Amino acid sequence: MAETMVNAWEGFVGGAWETSIDVRDFIQKNYTPYEGDESFLAEPTEATKTLWSEVMDLFQKERENGGVLDMDTKIVSTVDSHDAGYIHKELEKIVGLQTDKPLKRSLQPFGGIRMAETACESYGYKVDPEISYIFKHYRKTHNEGVFDVYTPEMRAARHNAIITGLPDAYGRGRIIGDYRRVALYGVDRLIEDKNYQKAVTCGTMTEEKIRLREELADQIKALKALKNMAAKYGYDISGPATNAHEAIQWTYFAYLGAVKDQNGAAMSLGRTSTFLDIYIQRDLDNGTLTEEQAQEYIDHFIMKLRMVKFARTPEYNSLFSGDPQWVTESIGGMGIDGRTLVTKNSFRYLHTLENLGTAPEPNLTVLWSKRLPSAFKHYCAKLSINTSSFQYENDDLMRVTHGDDYAIACCVSSMRVGKEMQFFGARANLAKCLLYAINGGVDERIDPKTGKHNQVGPKYRKVEGDYLDYDDVMEKYTDMMAWLAKLYVDTLNCIHYMHDKYCYEALQMALHDRDVKRYFATGIAGMSVVADSLSAIKYAKVKCVRDEYGVVTDFEVEGDFPKYGNNDDRVDKIAVEILDKFMDMIRSNYCYRGGVPTTSILTITSNVVYGKKTGNTPDGRKKGQPLAPGANPMHGRDTHGAAASLASVAKLPWKNAQDGISNTFTIIPDALGKDSAVFAGDIDIASIREAMEKE
Amino acid sequence: MEGHIHSTESFGTVDGPGIRFVIFFQGCPMRCLYCHNPDTWEPGGINNLRTVESLLKEYEGVKSFLHGGGITATGGEPLLQMEFLTELFEKAKKRGIHTCLDTSGITFREENRAAFDRLMESTDLVMLDIKHIDPDEHLKLTKQPNTQILAFAEYLKEKKIDVWIRHVVVPGITLNEKYLYELGYFIGGLDNLKALDVLPYHTMGEVKYENLGIPYPLHGIEPATKEQAIEAKGIIMEGLKARIRDDMNK
Repeated sequence: MAETMVNAWEGFVGGAWETSIDVRDFIQKNYTPYEGDESFLAEPTEATKTLWSEVMDLFQKERENGGVLDMDTKIVSTVDSHDAGYIHKELEKIVGLQTDKPLKRSLQPFGGIRMAETACESYGYKVDPEISYIFKHYRKTHNEGVFDVYTPEMRAARHNAIITGLPDAYGRGRIIGDYRRVALYGVDRLIEDKNYQKAVTCGTMTEEKIRLREELADQIKALKALKNMAAKYGYDISGPATNAHEAIQWTYFAYLGAVKDQNGAAMSLGRTSTFLDIYIQRDLDNGTLTEEQAQEYIDHFIMKLRMVKFARTPEYNSLFSGDPQWVTESIGGMGIDGRTLVTKNSFRYLHTLENLGTAPEPNLTVLWSKRLPSAFKHYCAKLSINTSSFQYENDDLMRVTHGDDYAIACCVSSMRVGKEMQFFGARANLAKCLLYAINGGVDERIDPKTGKHNQVGPKYRKVEGDYLDYDDVMEKYTDMMAWLAKLYVDTLNCIHYMHDKYCYEALQMALHDRDVKRYFATGIAGMSVVADSLSAIKYAKVKCVRDEYGVVTDFEVEGDFPKYGNNDDRVDKIAVEILDKFMDMIRSNYCYRGGVPTTSILTITSNVVYGKKTGNTPDGRKKGQPLAPGANPMHGRDTHGAAASLASVAKLPWKNAQDGISNTFTIIPDALGKDSAVFAGDIDIASIREAMEKE
Repeated sequence: MEGHIHSTESFGTVDGPGIRFVIFFQGCPMRCLYCHNPDTWEPGGINNLRTVESLLKEYEGVKSFLHGGGITATGGEPLLQMEFLTELFEKAKKRGIHTCLDTSGITFREENRAAFDRLMESTDLVMLDIKHIDPDEHLKLTKQPNTQILAFAEYLKEKKIDVWIRHVVVPGITLNEKYLYELGYFIGGLDNLKALDVLPYHTMGEVKYENLGIPYPLHGIEPATKEQAIEAKGIIMEGLKARIRDDMNK
């Protein structure tokens, strides 16, 4: 073993992780579970306060400037494209920016040059004409590749918004590099490992093998570029980190390389807190680090994550209701051996919300288990009440599938770090699909371009007569869903083929094993509208209203019907049936690169845009009204209280929506219990009397 | 048998200890000026007949969410459907469910004591809503005298049933030092008292009156502030301690 390794790993318990790349094994052998409370936490240092106020000023200037502070129009962003950039060099404990200046947005044309140009233009900037020329004439982009191969049917489905939000003009994201590997092993060891992988990728040169060898070569180049990037900041990351500061800095460099390389729809961090705790704890035990310093490093690290920004178009921002980066960090959870994975560093990460104030990024995600230490649960509850700034996910559910070293990409997509990745697949609008079933594949809206309804889906037999019949509609809907599932998967096949070819995530994949499991993600929008519509057709009477073209564009509902969100099996079973059916249809199609199909029900923000593009539905929802977010019941239809609403959502089987089921839940604090100021809950007349007697 | 049920709430956090399954009974003899559930007044106002089994089944469907809770019967006035209520609580108790009765106690009479005795055998907690301590004011506020309500409180003391006292603070009606003190003095004599729940009057019920076409009697009266509720609680507690002191000196 190299001498650098011996020194860097001094004091660690050895194991399989020493001879093969295995971060989980390292964590399991070396971490210190923490069951105590938050009293050890340190306040922000003066340097942190000053630095953060400077960043806040920059954010303010960015807002005043109309949303961006500055944009790079000349240098194409790659892992090591830019010189070192600083906020305030003397104060920064953790360094590294996406470009040479804070909040200056980088130019990332590999996903699509037009997207990059539009993003610049909408903020009054112009991409250097030479760059535009190169990407239009010499260097093909992902976007161009996809549109070269799209069939007319795919274009129509996209144009009419039955398949929406496809990553065909922007980076797909949702891949989490195992950024911890850089800290634990140093880049040289990782390159050595990749060289070995490439060497053993030999034999008959099938197309598959040639591609893999090319990708491994790209990965090695990306790792070398990463070293070069760090060198610009004065750090040599060829060897492993030797202390806590370096471990945090190395990990951040690796993540920074990823966001310089990719403008992905979600650029998540992974599960770093407990890993880094091992380094912090070692330094604390050695007496080379204080708690204040440890917190300062974490504060500065999180600060950097809060500054990750991308150049995006207003349309993109409206689809995602803002400008999210989804720098998701998964915290806590339980190990499969029964020990908690909560460490002191889990507290330190959350504590940044107190030291720096609240922020939507990084998207701190607590992996919740019934068995989490109660002090940690209390701290989470307290911080949730005070900051409303982090989310919870069900560790007890996901651990069964992914083990105890998985992380969340974006908002709910779970994957084992460094071993699994995902092809992000946006979503299919199942509410619109129901209307297609009723109208024989004809879109319910008039296309302003043509002045008539478009035939988008196949010309299956449409519904006849005035009233909808449940069995008839269900049969037609099943056929239409099968068409949609196939078209959807085929469209995604085109997209991911081209993304791999023209916008490959070389650095992120360099921080994965060679043979990764690829989840082929799909998604569903409009679940509750579909469930309620079918329930209305089954339990009430739904009359069709046709326009002058004979297309059903509105519905009259006579009578009441069970609504999803009230723990009523009559309708909840319909929701489950639709999900099961659609997932099986997705599964029956060919998925690119052996992708394992999954689906999600998690349109947390884009449900508004999808609703705008969906006509009147049989549940009484009017055209243009938002679909419910994720798997939520439609607004105002859950009338039996929170538990009934949650119970309905909980019936959707995760095995058929493994990429995540989201439920956006808002509750006013007063509805969660009594205020102790007005409620005297511990009156005991006898003890009051005793106290008085003593007096 | 079947009961007239207005609705159910699967995640009640303000009607008794813990998170509770709350059943709103239909029908109420009182006409409290500030009532925020006027849609539960008429005994036949809503045609929703439910069996005890169906309610308990609904409870079972959500019970994993209900930490430290149980079932609360409220309304309306649950005591108007005494037989149904008794069956509900008896069957709930058999399943080990904590039972809580939110009531005004208005139907309590010496002559139906036996029925109350039976109900109390399966009742863990009574939340007794004393609308007003002064007999005349009570009549004005609720269209009913408070004699039986106070008698019910004494009955609960005798039966050693845990009781929470609830009291709504309405500016100009109950937000009055004298009355609040008297209320405290009365409840200070209840050694089964476990909690005092002071509820600031709110106007969220007004829209229901509009929907039902009933004039809102308290139209124009401002909701009570939290500060007023805290102040009211303080006065009640003073009265309560005075009573304890007096009882000690007897």
